[in-house]
Amino acid sequence: MTIELKVNGRSVSVHADPATPLLYVLRDDLALNGAKYGCGLGQCGACTVHVDGRPVFSCVTPVAAIGGRSVRTIEGLGTLDKPGILQAAFEQEQAAQCGYCIAGMIMRAQALLERNADPSEAEIRAYMRTNLCRCGTHMRILRAVKRAAIMLKDARTETGAVQ
Amino acid sequence: MRSNKKLMRLAAVAVILGAVGALGISYQPGIQPIARPAATSFDRRQVADGARLTAIGDCIVCHTVEGGKPYAGGRSLPTPFGTLYTTNITPDEATGIGSWSFEAFRRAMGKGVSQDGRHLYPALPYEHFTHVSDTDLRAIYAFLMMREAVHAEAPANDLIPPLGFRPLLAGWKLLFLRQGPIVADASKSADWNRGAYLVEGLGHCGGCHTPRNLAGGEEVSRAYGGGFAEGWVAPPLNGRNPSKEPWTAQSLFVYLRTGMEARHSVAAGPMGPVVRDLAAVQEEDVRAIATYIASRMTGTTSAVTSSEPVDRREAAAAQFPEAAALFAGACAGCHDRGAPMMGQGRPALANVTSIQLGAPDNVAQAILSGVVSPLDRRTPYMPAFGASLTDQQIAGLVNYLRARFSDRPAWQDVATRITDIRKSGEGR
Repeated sequence: MTIELKVNGRSVSVHADPATPLLYVLRDDLALNGAKYGCGLGQCGACTVHVDGRPVFSCVTPVAAIGGRSVRTIEGLGTLDKPGILQAAFEQEQAAQCGYCIAGMIMRAQALLERNADPSEAEIRAYMRTNLCRCGTHMRILRAVKRAAIMLKDARTETGAVQ
Repeated sequence: MRSNKKLMRLAAVAVILGAVGALGISYQPGIQPIARPAATSFDRRQVADGARLTAIGDCIVCHTVEGGKPYAGGRSLPTPFGTLYTTNITPDEATGIGSWSFEAFRRAMGKGVSQDGRHLYPALPYEHFTHVSDTDLRAIYAFLMMREAVHAEAPANDLIPPLGFRPLLAGWKLLFLRQGPIVADASKSADWNRGAYLVEGLGHCGGCHTPRNLAGGEEVSRAYGGGFAEGWVAPPLNGRNPSKEPWTAQSLFVYLRTGMEARHSVAAGPMGPVVRDLAAVQEEDVRAIATYIASRMTGTTSAVTSSEPVDRREAAAAQFPEAAALFAGACAGCHDRGAPMMGQGRPALANVTSIQLGAPDNVAQAILSGVVSPLDRRTPYMPAFGASLTDQQIAGLVNYLRARFSDRPAWQDVATRITDIRKSGEGR
């Protein structure tokens, strides 16, 4: 069947079985390859994207469930030339080793900072629990999230000063 | 007219006398504060016994706020009568129970009266704790007095008037507090009697699993008939338990000890912390609890005759085609026939107790919030679907699961219930 979607602010139309995981549609039909297939069972978080601003595991989200809600993937946060704040923070902390989990980590952290701009270490750990990294760069990932929170605060202060 | 006035006057006098009498009954003296007992005043073994008993009583769950210091209280307990905040039971002399003598502690546990003579709300299940022996109370007291003292004042309760007036609790106790020990049944095994003592007393299982009346008292005539706790159904633990496979002492033991039983369920919601505590106590005590509960569950016949698991995939898909597609995309990877997880001894949906219950809450909660292992990933982890599926979609799935895996009547108003759970923050 034909399914209409709003992805990263763009309206698209795909042909898919309603039970198809959103992840397959993003990668195979829309060439948005940031989100990764890890376990396919919602256990690892590598496929994390946002639906209406909330993080979901796209591997266990049927495409038919999306309806009119907006989907955001890591490609929606920034580009190579103009990375988003979390992307920049992850780069500065060199938080990726193999990098497979990172798109999911960033999307999860993005959702956290949008809700709570100044999370404590305990809050970051609790929120990021659903996302696994098999290389073991958790400490760098934690640092990157904290750095992003500081960068966000600085960005806000600067904007305030301009105004 | 005249006789009417007389009657009115008589009634007024009766009310005043009654109130004075009630205040008389309700009056409890304060008990002299003491200096915090020295660590040397307790026997090490007594403290160790106290640790296990405190775990069976699940004290830490209510008396600890999320992310807070153990036993320092402050957790909010929403009740139909308003919100209560649990108290600090660490040995801090100013804000905890450090200045409480054993006598004061025993009176609180057995009669629901605070050290200063105020009546305590029955959120502290003293109608159960009253059955705990003095030896066990002394051990629990010793264990609590050996905890780290934390200075923490509990927030003030927020109850609907006039329930903030504590002397009223004396009336509640007249109706619902039955003091005294559990009488041993000589016709039953020692194991069964130990189980009865733990379940009826410290374990206070009836606190959630027995329905409550309008006054918030447990309906003794419907003991273990099932209740509600924190937005979850506490399933019946009597003959009305609807599980497809009858529970036995062995399967209950496995469930209570490990948090999962392959032919029934995974412990979730408020049962999670119970399992976490029971994993740490003596095995014999968990076996005793299982023996006693199993005997209560075989007491009467189940309301439904057929107990064979059912899986009506095609019929359910015909009735709920959209939900069937959602199931295929969101659930089947773990839960359908032949899914890898099913080869690892996980409960099949056709066996899961929640789908057979009288209300859809537990199924809805599991989908909305997922299931997190109480024992640090020793039982399965189910992700939350609250962000990826809408209330209507989850309601569709819940109805589909009921139609597919149960021969009981369809649940009513599922979507409303899901919206309520989400609004109340009980599901995240």
